[in-house]
Amino acid sequence: MNQEIKNKLRVATVWLGGCSGCHMSFLDLDERLIELADKIQIVYSPIADVKEFPADVDVTLVEGAVTNVENEEMAHIVRTHSKYVVSFGDCATTGNVTAMRNRFPNEELLDRAYKELADICYSIPNDNTLIAQLCQQAIPLHHLIRVDAFLHGCPPTPDEIWFAINELLEGRIPIFKTQFLRYG
Amino acid sequence: MAIKTLTIDGDQYSAQEGETILTVMRQHNIPIPTLCHLEGLSTVGACRLCVVQVEGIPKLLPACTTRVEEGMVIHTATDKLKKYRRMIIALLASEGNHVCAVCVANNHCELQELAYQVGLVRVRYPYLFPKKSLDATHKEYVMDRNRCVLCTRCVRVCDEVEGAHVWDVAGRGINCEIVTGLDDAWGKTETCTSCGKCVMVCPTGALFEKGVTVAEMEKQKGFLKYIITARQKKEWVSFTDGQ
Repeated sequence: MNQEIKNKLRVATVWLGGCSGCHMSFLDLDERLIELADKIQIVYSPIADVKEFPADVDVTLVEGAVTNVENEEMAHIVRTHSKYVVSFGDCATTGNVTAMRNRFPNEELLDRAYKELADICYSIPNDNTLIAQLCQQAIPLHHLIRVDAFLHGCPPTPDEIWFAINELLEGRIPIFKTQFLRYG
Repeated sequence: MAIKTLTIDGDQYSAQEGETILTVMRQHNIPIPTLCHLEGLSTVGACRLCVVQVEGIPKLLPACTTRVEEGMVIHTATDKLKKYRRMIIALLASEGNHVCAVCVANNHCELQELAYQVGLVRVRYPYLFPKKSLDATHKEYVMDRNRCVLCTRCVRVCDEVEGAHVWDVAGRGINCEIVTGLDDAWGKTETCTSCGKCVMVCPTGALFEKGVTVAEMEKQKGFLKYIITARQKKEWVSFTDGQ
């Protein structure tokens, strides 16, 4: 590993129970991504082909609510291996749309998704190695693990993401002013 | 009428006997968050957002219902008060189903605005995700109890300004709900005049017009001052002046 890579901030992004909109917004940084590539190293992300969450990550942005057992496990891995964990968007922060399922029993939800709305294969997948088992409720990330900062919005705008990342690059935990504190 | 002098956040003010602390604060543009209070309606002191500290009184008092007294020394923005206000908004957020991203009132919502004002970065309390009902039986409007914060503005405007008293509060404690008639379907109540005042005073997306979608429901609260000034002073102010 050369010196240049060593000095870069090691950043991971994780996609839990969300629609990937926050990651799309991250990609909307557009030409700023090139500038960012000089400053950070993406060590794990749904948009990078890395199989295992690595050790010694500086910052992890977590999109989505904790909604299934796989998310739960991942959240704990993220916390163990990251210096800073940032709730990335409204689903991670409040549960948001992902948590709207909480008022229905899981059996009803699975019936709706895999039987009532199915065009083929009217059956609920029962192999939990293929599809992770749902938790009883979808919850915000900070209700499961300690979270250091919150990036709001559905999704957060590229400007907000840019601000947060730059603060983290400066070694500060971003404190979002009122104009950045927003839900929806 | 006697004049009272009092101190608010270190500055001296004078007020007329019978005026509330909130009235004096609003006259002098001293900011304080409110939710259940709405100029033109009776005061209920339900939301507790406007609580202030009065020296010599051990408990916190709501500015909207507390009348001024001679020599009162009032603090309106101490760290303790700010913390309590944040707790109130966090509790409101956790006991309903407030999903801003898919709400008709997104970006036009008083609860959302208050969350920003008090700096609600996240909610520490467990969300209750209550099972609340939605009433879409009225031909023009919808009541979504998931988004209701029980401020009772709709109850008061319907009773006090429209004179119909379609709305009321049923149940107790966490089971409190706003109902129409004697808990009938809204569309079936014979007393509703379909005036829409309840929809316009509702601070959130709990009451909205049929046909609007995410972020489209903007409330026009100016009508209240317009009607009340017309009735009391026989003067016709513009709708926008009342905002």
